[in-house]
Amino acid sequence: MTITITQPKPVSFAAPVAGLAGAFAGLLVGTAHDNSLLGLVIGFVLTAALAFVWLSVFRKERIARWVTFIASGTMGYLLADAMGAVIGLGFGWLIGWFIFWLGEGRYRAKLPPYTTGQQVFYHFAFRVLCGMIFFFLITPIVVVMPLSFNAQDFFTFTPEMLRLDPAGYSLKHYKDFFTNDDWQQAMWNSISIAPVATLLSVGFGTLAAIGLSDEHVPFRRAIMTILISPMIVPLIISAAGMYFFYSRLGLQGTYWGVVLAHAALGIPFVIITVTATLVGFDRSLTRAAANMGANPLTTFFRVQMPLILPGVISGGLFAFITSFDEVVVVLFVGSAGQKTLPWQMFTGLREQISPTILAVATILVVISIMLLTTVELLRRRSERLRGLTPG
Amino acid sequence: MKLTTTLMASTALTVAAVSAHAQDMADSLTLVSWGGAYQESQMKAYVEPYIADNPGVSVTWDESSAEAVAKLRAMDEAGNLTWDLVDVTAADAMRLCDEGLAMEVDHDEILAPAPDGTSASDDFGDMIVSDCFIPQIAYSYTFGYRNDVAEWNGQVPTEICDVFDLETFPGKRSLEKRPHNNMEWALMCDGVARDEIYDALETEEGRNRALAKLDTIKDEVVWWSSGADTPQLLADKEVVFGSTYNGRLFSLIAEQNQPVEMMWDSQAYDIDGWIIPAGLEDDKLARVLDFLYFATDTQRLADQAKYISYGPARKSSAPLVGEHAELGIDMAPHMPTSPENSVNAFVMNFEWWADYRDDLDAKFQSWLAN
Amino acid sequence: MRGPPDHKEQKHTDGDKMSDTTDTGPVLAADGTPLKRSLRRAIRAQKLRALALIAPLLIFVLVTFIAPIADMLFRSVENQIVSNTLPNTVAALDDWDGTGDDLPGQDTFEALYYDMFLAAESKRHTRLGSRLNYEESGISSMFRTSGRKVDDIGEDQIDALEDIDASWEDETFWFNMMSGADDAPKASGILADQRERLAKLNQSGFDGEVGFAPSQEIADLLPRTVRAYTAFALFTAIADEDVVAEEEPWEAVKVALVEDLHSGADLSGYDGAGAEELRAAQSGLADQPAIDYKQAFIDMNEDWGNLDNWKTIKMFAPPFTAGYFLNAVDLQKTPDGVQSRPENEQIYIMLFQRTLFMSLVIMGSCILLGYPVAYLLATLPARSANLLMILVLLPFWTSLLVRTSAWKVMLQQQGVINDTLVWLGLVNDAGRLVMINNQFGTIVAMTHILLPFMILPMYSVMSTIPQTYVRAARSLGATNWTSFWRVYFPQSVPGIGAGSILVFILSIGYYITPEIVGGTTGTFISNRIAYHISSSLNWGLAAALGSILLFAVLILYWAYDKIVGIDNVKLG
Repeated sequence: MTITITQPKPVSFAAPVAGLAGAFAGLLVGTAHDNSLLGLVIGFVLTAALAFVWLSVFRKERIARWVTFIASGTMGYLLADAMGAVIGLGFGWLIGWFIFWLGEGRYRAKLPPYTTGQQVFYHFAFRVLCGMIFFFLITPIVVVMPLSFNAQDFFTFTPEMLRLDPAGYSLKHYKDFFTNDDWQQAMWNSISIAPVATLLSVGFGTLAAIGLSDEHVPFRRAIMTILISPMIVPLIISAAGMYFFYSRLGLQGTYWGVVLAHAALGIPFVIITVTATLVGFDRSLTRAAANMGANPLTTFFRVQMPLILPGVISGGLFAFITSFDEVVVVLFVGSAGQKTLPWQMFTGLREQISPTILAVATILVVISIMLLTTVELLRRRSERLRGLTPG
Repeated sequence: MKLTTTLMASTALTVAAVSAHAQDMADSLTLVSWGGAYQESQMKAYVEPYIADNPGVSVTWDESSAEAVAKLRAMDEAGNLTWDLVDVTAADAMRLCDEGLAMEVDHDEILAPAPDGTSASDDFGDMIVSDCFIPQIAYSYTFGYRNDVAEWNGQVPTEICDVFDLETFPGKRSLEKRPHNNMEWALMCDGVARDEIYDALETEEGRNRALAKLDTIKDEVVWWSSGADTPQLLADKEVVFGSTYNGRLFSLIAEQNQPVEMMWDSQAYDIDGWIIPAGLEDDKLARVLDFLYFATDTQRLADQAKYISYGPARKSSAPLVGEHAELGIDMAPHMPTSPENSVNAFVMNFEWWADYRDDLDAKFQSWLAN
Repeated sequence: MRGPPDHKEQKHTDGDKMSDTTDTGPVLAADGTPLKRSLRRAIRAQKLRALALIAPLLIFVLVTFIAPIADMLFRSVENQIVSNTLPNTVAALDDWDGTGDDLPGQDTFEALYYDMFLAAESKRHTRLGSRLNYEESGISSMFRTSGRKVDDIGEDQIDALEDIDASWEDETFWFNMMSGADDAPKASGILADQRERLAKLNQSGFDGEVGFAPSQEIADLLPRTVRAYTAFALFTAIADEDVVAEEEPWEAVKVALVEDLHSGADLSGYDGAGAEELRAAQSGLADQPAIDYKQAFIDMNEDWGNLDNWKTIKMFAPPFTAGYFLNAVDLQKTPDGVQSRPENEQIYIMLFQRTLFMSLVIMGSCILLGYPVAYLLATLPARSANLLMILVLLPFWTSLLVRTSAWKVMLQQQGVINDTLVWLGLVNDAGRLVMINNQFGTIVAMTHILLPFMILPMYSVMSTIPQTYVRAARSLGATNWTSFWRVYFPQSVPGIGAGSILVFILSIGYYITPEIVGGTTGTFISNRIAYHISSSLNWGLAAALGSILLFAVLILYWAYDKIVGIDNVKLG
């Protein structure tokens, strides 16, 4: 893709732009020290000067970036102790990279050569905007993690934590999670409910999706609506309805009651994902198999199943996470014996002051990240095997 | 089912220990309580000792006391009872008893007498507010405030009406998302004499008057619905002043060392205790009664006070209240019933609330939403 | 492609059927049936096979999901509690027109006495009180206090009766009198009637052996007494699990006897058990005043003298009611027709509006935030897009409770955002922003939670839009903006539509997040439904609110299906 040859840009462009970034940082630091204007000016001058030196006097990128990194970290430490040092280091790394990114003209590397300056600006402004949205998406999840190491029992950052004082941190909430019977019980309940519910929804759902893919099915729309309804109906209505109805059947407060309820909630996801894969499914393949003497069962397992498997798996994942993350329905349909992890977390939020839920959250997030990364790696591998080069 | 596996595991360990006595009793108990420090105190004071004595028994907790009436009603309607023993407030107990959802009991028959031989019903005295109710603790709704609020200029709230004084004590308050106590306090601070409060609340004008008083601070109120909310809000500096159960405040102050103080003025007494849901199977009932006999005896109730600052419901337990189990503080001065604390205490009228709860709830909730 | 016809020709080579293309007869399939029919059969078989594949799931969903919801929605109109609890009163009220200024007559109050007595014994009166309190404030306490005191009615008369002969306090005497001789004809109809009545009142079968059957003779003689005694016997034997003959009858039975004797029961021909005592009682009670039920009830609670309460009871006597639905839209049924509720009790319309408004705002913010991200993902090379996709999917896979509590941590006054702002000096310590326990908190948290549901459908639409169109537009001289707005954007609209409806549907039914971060002003109608289910126990109103919400969602779903087609939803 790289058509454009990057070429160094004049310092007269790079230094002021880097200066602007510095000015912004300076503004923040300045406001914190009750002098915004001074901060702004110092930030601009310092950074612009730095850019000028690195780009026109001492153009050794590696060393220059290290020096920036460390100097900025030191400055941060002087201004605001350990936390300042961390922020300073981050800023130093960023500004070092930024100066050379600008100065070397690397920012044009992936853009078509004919783009005008204005277009380049818009391009990066858009990227920054998107970056901010991603920041919005991720920050809450990231923020939870350090808090789970809080040495205190509350949901706020203590001054010790902000000073990065080791005394402010502890593993006690993790210890609580792994030693507390309630949490362990809840975890086992979740682990024993979710897979069974998933199995039920995947089993029934896949069959039904195959049936539904037949264009001759009568009342297709109506059936589809019924099958999708668990996703559409507000959870509180489903939960209340199941509560009363399951009670009458004697299912309320039993393992199977919760499993059935969760299976029902997971079904729409299976239907949707499997139907989506079946849309692209070439029917002549099954006909060909039948033609060659395979019975319907063989056809299904040897021909159809492998091809729709990705849809089935992803539907299953959705169904699993639905059950694993579900709290409203289980609160109503389950009883204390089926207390799942989300239920325990909900109790933790409402009844007890316990950042243990943050520890659990962190563990769950880490598991999610590992799962997602694995899936992504597997996908890349299968693409490589199939000879598709990732773009 | 998880329960059965736990059971199997525990019975495997204790097959030899099962006594003949225990054989006609169920060996699992589902206890319903309030969660938090309170449930912890029950756990330590009598559930753990009980399990130690009866190793075959497994106990499951359900932190649903706040919804106990609703859930018991639904269970009754469906004829599918999953709870064995439920911890509720006196007003809820009356309501459950009125609806036939709780079992009426003979206190002298099922509960242990005091060590000196006083019968259980005399020992509990007028704490027994309903035939279905087995009292455990006397607690109170009281206020806690942060002692580091700069805007207060060194002043601290000393009386109930300071809650309504936004001039001297600015900042957010937390109040319970239910009419009871709030309405009484509001009327008290609007100049209604204490003994006329309930008469006033029976009239439309009285109710409007209480709500009008609450209106003056409505914008500054965070409404709580679970006992953990106010301590959390106080610790997070989300509010500077808030009502909650006195025991929660005690654990916030004494155990968590938060910069919070108690304001005992006009604390509202309430009682909390067990009810046995109506319609238990015989073997369950036998187990529940066995547990209850143990868990409500004089020593056990006194033990509970080691973990949380609630007054034991038995008169005979009071002298046995000692020091906090871990902190070694003398617990007596932290009890809502101690002489200094109860100077200006207010006794909530449960019976009145049982009768008028529906009316006031509806009115209060629509006031809240508007 | 000519295979099958050839095959067919070979099979049917009889005589003139040497068919060729000129054959005008019906086209035949391999087995000789007309092709049309054969095809139809094949399609039917295919249909059946497809249906057989769908059937298990369909049944599963119908049983585990649709039936519960239908069952719950039925509660929004169901109102049998009044006629089950007060059957005699309701029947007596039929004759009362309820429009005038007169209270119902003595007979209604007498019927109320028996109903109330039985309801209080069964502990059902408070539930009815709560039910009627939804319509007319104050009825709950009226029922509660009366339930406690109802056995005091007719005290004087009962005392007089027992003074005449101590046998009236003797359970065996009563039992023998009511049963009659062993071989006497029994009034089994009364037993069955009372059994059904109690079963309805207690919402349970009330089956089982009673060990008692009233004799026909005494039933003809003392109809009230026998009815009351039979109810007592049933209750004693089945609910209390006691032996009937060993329990002294309720006050209501004695009151019934007093009434029977007063109303001139002709005892002259009776010579069964207790004949002497009955005659003595009749003459002894002759000078006792009649029981004034109306006054007795009004003495117990003056609200019984309030005409509105009676009108309410009469109005809600039928087994089905629109009352809950009216309440759900801030109306109420009054004797003067449907009226709006008092100003300060009107909350549901406002809550529906708020739910709608906030869902729209959330949907709007999701569009604003989701569109750039979806666009970026669709235009980036696959490898980087997939990496960034993880950032979108991570929140999606993270527990809802975790994200909600994370927002609590972020938004509270001592939370991360405020701390950062204070640290930067943008706000001072006293002026921390209030971002939680209000609408803002709910909107921010829910936008975050639902954003992936917007990005994913948008992305799946946008990734099918060829980049070449925009380039073509550009090369034809369009500006950046024009090429986006006139070429790219219109093609991405289906994605916006799909995401918007999905987000909207999900958000108007949300419960957990508003509950935790919404305070009082940031809560939705779902929170109200939950409140009515678990706190106020007004399940009928919860069901009515739920029905309205469900109806709104189904309309949206219908629109979604029309615009996008449910088959075209893609996840992940």
